[in-house]
Amino acid sequence: MDYLALYVTLKLALVTTVVLIVVAAPVAYLLAYTRFPGKSFVEALIYLPMALPPTVIGFYLIIVMGPRGWAGRVWEAATGGSLLFTFLGITIASVIYSIPFAVQPMKAAFSRIDRRLLESAYILGLSKRATFLRVIIPNSASGIAAAAVLVFLHSIGAFGVLLMVGGSIPGETKVASIAIYEAVEMMNYEAAGLIALSFIPISYAFLLLINRFNERANA
Amino acid sequence: MNLSASFRKRLKYFDLSLSLSCRPGKMTVMIGPSGGGKTTVIRMLAGLTAPDAGRVVFGDEVWFDSARNIHLKPQKRRLGYVFQDYSLFPHLNLYDNAAFAAESKKEVDELFELFKISHLKKRKPHMVSGGERQRCAICQALARHPRLLLLDEPFSALDVVTRRGLREELKSLKGKLSCPMIYVTHDIHEALFLADEILPVVDGKIDRGWMQRTITREPGEGVTARGAREPRLSLVY
Repeated sequence: MDYLALYVTLKLALVTTVVLIVVAAPVAYLLAYTRFPGKSFVEALIYLPMALPPTVIGFYLIIVMGPRGWAGRVWEAATGGSLLFTFLGITIASVIYSIPFAVQPMKAAFSRIDRRLLESAYILGLSKRATFLRVIIPNSASGIAAAAVLVFLHSIGAFGVLLMVGGSIPGETKVASIAIYEAVEMMNYEAAGLIALSFIPISYAFLLLINRFNERANA
Repeated sequence: MNLSASFRKRLKYFDLSLSLSCRPGKMTVMIGPSGGGKTTVIRMLAGLTAPDAGRVVFGDEVWFDSARNIHLKPQKRRLGYVFQDYSLFPHLNLYDNAAFAAESKKEVDELFELFKISHLKKRKPHMVSGGERQRCAICQALARHPRLLLLDEPFSALDVVTRRGLREELKSLKGKLSCPMIYVTHDIHEALFLADEILPVVDGKIDRGWMQRTITREPGEGVTARGAREPRLSLVY
């Protein structure tokens, strides 16, 4: 079994989850609690990766992160290296690919909080930032956990976007879904079957977790 | 320090326009039919709702002045606000709720003793009764050393017996507090029991004759604010 590919997959999913929870929480807060011109356009843009084919996302990421793209050039000027075909590159791709799955449940969880709780916090002297950290986050724990599980599951299943941005470099960018694809291409069904089988208990366990979080959030 | 306020705000069914003042250690009770603008007044005093025009001054500090574009945030007003229904934080136990913005933990202990909820410190709000939650909400408000105490129908969701008990506790507490207090209710008994001054608010205006008209009605006749839209307030005198 290709343990290295499994390791890269889990590492990528974990990093993506941590990054997205931190990045998506303030975005979800803004979408849940503020009004600004063009908000619906911004929100649709954030959810766009959910509606686009992964290869389309991959294509545009290659354009932006490639040696002629603005991000690729900035990165190369700063480090001398490339973003494409690196773990960092597929992490960026994975974060963008999964962003709707983090923002949407967190926005829903934040929106469920009774506004009077926030007013109560303001009356007690808390700034908006402190209210976010001390009231909104602890009272949205189930929603945040559900977002984390969704992002993790979505990340371990990513294929097209990662293949386009990262290729298949063992130990660096070759994730389990790519390993399965390559094993099948080489008619090695036994190797493909073993990796595929390892996904089922992981995904099933995480789905059970999501159900529990949803039940708790709706209780 | 004295509180004086005058404001105007356009609401859905009427224009709210009134002035009020409140002295230290005294309780002004705003009374009137539901939907008359009492809660809006309290929210404007707290800084949670902006008046369209007016001025709110506490001592020599201007909290709101539409002419000078001053609107002090609720965080800066240092006031206590006990909401109509329970506004305790569900993720914290009662003690942590009361100590949330407290100046001293020792005072929180004393307040819990005073309100007889010391044995419930570790309980979450959903694990105690409505009366106990409101006791804790009052502790939370007082632990911050408020300069102004606002109580918006704090006992309206409680049963009659609990309500009567809390009303008496609040009355005895009132004598120990030195800040101005504003209490909102639509219960005339409560108003007469607690008030140093009664301010009847009807359709956004102060209506000094409302109490008299309401009390002298025939038993069972009832009072309605605006027809079927309002809950009936029946008074048995």
